[in-house]
Amino acid sequence: MHSTRRRMLLATTAAATLALGACGGGSGEGDDSAGSGGEGGDITLSVATFNEFGYEELLGEYEELNPGITVQHVKADTADNARAALRNSLGADSGAADIEAIEVDWVTEFQQYPDKFVDLSSPDLEGRWLDWKTEAVTLEDGMLLGYGTDIGPEALCYRADLFEQAGLPTDREEVAELLQGDWDTYFEVGRDFVAETDIAWYDSAGALWQGMINQVEQPYETPDGEIIAVDNPEVRELYDQVLSASVDDGLSAALGQWSADWSSAFQGDEFATMLCPAWMLGVVEGNAADIEGWDVANVFPGGGGNWGGSYLTVPAQGDHPEEAKALAAWLTAPEQQIKAFEAKGTFPSQTEALDSDTLAESSNAFFNDAPTGQIFAERAEAVTVMPFKGPKYFEINTAMQDAISRVDVDQTDDPASSWDKFAAAVGDLR
Amino acid sequence: MSVTTPTSAPAPAPEQVTGRRGGGAPREGRLGRLDQAASPYVYIAPFFVLFFVVGLFPLVYTGWVALHDWDQIMGQGAFVGAQNFVDVLTGQDFWTALVNTLSIFVLSSVPQVLAALAIAGLLDHKLRAATFWRMGVLLPYVVAPVAVALIFSNLFADRFGLINTLLEGVGMEPVRWHSDRLASHVAIASMVNFRWTGYNALILLAAMQAIPRDLYEAAAIDGASGLRRFVSITIPMLRPTMIFVIITSTIGGLQIFDEPKMYDQFGRGGSDGQWQTLTLYLYELGWTRADFGRASAVAVLLFALIVAVGLVNFAISRRIASEESR
Repeated sequence: MHSTRRRMLLATTAAATLALGACGGGSGEGDDSAGSGGEGGDITLSVATFNEFGYEELLGEYEELNPGITVQHVKADTADNARAALRNSLGADSGAADIEAIEVDWVTEFQQYPDKFVDLSSPDLEGRWLDWKTEAVTLEDGMLLGYGTDIGPEALCYRADLFEQAGLPTDREEVAELLQGDWDTYFEVGRDFVAETDIAWYDSAGALWQGMINQVEQPYETPDGEIIAVDNPEVRELYDQVLSASVDDGLSAALGQWSADWSSAFQGDEFATMLCPAWMLGVVEGNAADIEGWDVANVFPGGGGNWGGSYLTVPAQGDHPEEAKALAAWLTAPEQQIKAFEAKGTFPSQTEALDSDTLAESSNAFFNDAPTGQIFAERAEAVTVMPFKGPKYFEINTAMQDAISRVDVDQTDDPASSWDKFAAAVGDLR
Repeated sequence: MSVTTPTSAPAPAPEQVTGRRGGGAPREGRLGRLDQAASPYVYIAPFFVLFFVVGLFPLVYTGWVALHDWDQIMGQGAFVGAQNFVDVLTGQDFWTALVNTLSIFVLSSVPQVLAALAIAGLLDHKLRAATFWRMGVLLPYVVAPVAVALIFSNLFADRFGLINTLLEGVGMEPVRWHSDRLASHVAIASMVNFRWTGYNALILLAAMQAIPRDLYEAAAIDGASGLRRFVSITIPMLRPTMIFVIITSTIGGLQIFDEPKMYDQFGRGGSDGQWQTLTLYLYELGWTRADFGRASAVAVLLFALIVAVGLVNFAISRRIASEESR
């Protein structure tokens, strides 16, 4: 009720503004444009995204297909800023775009405010996405919060030239076979590699943590809202495992992921492998330009894993929820998602798109012509666990990343004292 | 007073008006009085209306929010009294942030004012292309802080940063710019100094230009050296401007945000809070944890801190002013 009144008020204000603007310009056609601004005629839809969604050309195409609709693209520089901006507009009940992209890690956080979003569930779209992709945004009462865009199935990127130096196989099939297994296998091979070459095995303990925690069913919180991060033995075990491998065995290059040092390190022989969600390929290629030897293997420690991926939501405060819903559905249709994949490498979450020939035939020249489409499609199928990420996931995981950084990168703490600080930080949340 | 003013004050007014303007009609007594009494207040009203709306109201409202459970999206929750303040003050983060803020403030303000003074002194000489040099010192101020931070984050990167590469080149130990607390403060202070030194130098230069030149000439005839003239004439004459510069850099220093936010890739002040300042802490509480109640409590505490430092500044500046008049 409240939102309807608000919407009417907004529509009136918009019409009044348009009319005023037209009067000011002294144009006689002012009345027409003001009238159509409020009703179904010419409307403008805004789409807010972050990083790269590959929508630039698609939005133009949609405008051509739907005369009378203008689409504005609002791009945030980082995902964090996009999250903050969306939170602000939800809090103020104004300012959100008609379609807002959200990342998988924030989903439960926004699920707490179902009234602020439009229910996107639609019988026509059933079965469009991978099951786990849709389940993550489906509320208990069946409300669908967002349409899946991309996913981040994880494979392993490696430097074939450094593998050769260490006497390890370099062919991507053989590498996949060599590293088939759990995290212990991965660390075991790493210890041999480091002993042979004195080069680190992977870039950062924090990056590894992201891969590990995404395989745990209930890492930090239970579905009934209890925070178990500090008491969960599984979390503590992984924490000790990753830090002992990183620091005691020296497998980590101790570079904080995304730091200036991390980006620079790609230009040298600083580490040999890294966990690669599909979207990471573009990052590696960007940082490691002119470095030869990168390849990608169809394997991931501990089975399958998914890191990242996004959804399109429609905030309830918008003026044109129906049109926005239609656009969001169109953007996440298999055909469009394939085009976005071709544009920016965002890996589709639609079952049909995953089976498409375009995807199956795509390869990546930088990664030694690896058949990336096929590899990541298989990696997506290997994903069995979608961890439960509660409303505090983002904050707890940030505290955990800090804890790991203190030991791995900053070396200001040992694992035990850093854990205590993590426990204190979690205790401080509410 | 109240008896004499109405009778005596308006009496000469009509004469004056008619005297000056010739044909102008004399104003009605009552209306004229109202005009005289009220007009000044109406003239200055816009500022105060604006101040109440965008200054005082948010200030008071922040205090109100600080007394509640307040979620960024859901808005006002239960009244919790001083609980937010207790939470903030008993936590370790606030005190870490306070020490970091003061440390960065001292490391930036002191060298900044001294360097600005020296640069202004040099620019005060007769130079060829003086405007070029004077505008040149303002250049860093024009560069966006984000761009400054990008450049400096390459300089201060731990492993492959320019400064550490140079240090290692001459056989010294690399500095751990992001893990060592003091080192991170020095790096951030250097960004602040880079940006603000030239700005302050220009303000001081303007004040220096207003100093009568004959004072210097007289001193020169008496045989005072250049340095002596600077210390004994320029600096004492600059006092009021110095106080202005010090107060503005104090307020800016305690609210420092851009530089520490841009110092690493996460913008949260380091994995161990090495360079988390009060404003960063406030931002994290409000925008990352969506806890506006506690964030407002920090805002109120920061406000109190600035007022306290401002009062100290005021006391010192009054002492200096009274010394000056002696």
